[in-house]
Amino acid sequence: MLHILNKSPLERPAFDACLRIAEPGSLLLIEDAVYAAARGTEVAARVQAAMGRHKVYVLLPDAEARAIADRLIDGVTPVGYDGFVDLVATHNNCQSWL
Amino acid sequence: MSEGTIKKFMFVNRTAPYGTVYALESLEVVLISAAFDQDVSLVFLGDGVWQLKKGQQTKAIETKNFSPTYRALEGYDIEKLYVEREALDARGLAEEDLIVDVTVLSSAEIGKLMEEQDVVLSF
Repeated sequence: MLHILNKSPLERPAFDACLRIAEPGSLLLIEDAVYAAARGTEVAARVQAAMGRHKVYVLLPDAEARAIADRLIDGVTPVGYDGFVDLVATHNNCQSWL
Repeated sequence: MSEGTIKKFMFVNRTAPYGTVYALESLEVVLISAAFDQDVSLVFLGDGVWQLKKGQQTKAIETKNFSPTYRALEGYDIEKLYVEREALDARGLAEEDLIVDVTVLSSAEIGKLMEEQDVVLSF
């Protein structure tokens, strides 16, 4: 399953809801959820812990817009729009945590 | 505008840029307010501090990068920019990561400043 997150993990509960529910799979961080991929935030440790169970991707154009592309947590995989499409196409199902 | 009472206006910015339109809308209203010679303060709380993060590159999302506008506020005599220290700490940010000079205050200090305002506008 591909879990798509678009809300800031620092202000909204969707991120924690996803981590609580999701079986091992893939997480794609887009829009304001890209802040979850930044080093040094108060949620970074939770993201790193989640990386033991999930493959974590971040949409690079959204990370660049928010000026955090140069501080991604090690092991988070940046993807472009083409990579986003590939992730959707290669997973059986998607859940958007709106 | 005729000579009138100068009121204390505070713009409260609590959202990250680009994900929603709040940050840009706030900036537009701030610029309008500059025309009325009021005592304007901007505060950045929580995810609002991301609005001031240096190095925003919006080409790939095909959205206007409005972050340089914060540097232009000084030219409109809007010089009171306050940033919540707790919000910076929670995001691993330091003052050097911000695009403009700001005054960093604690949450409690910002709360006191809010009490002193005549008008508070929330974004």
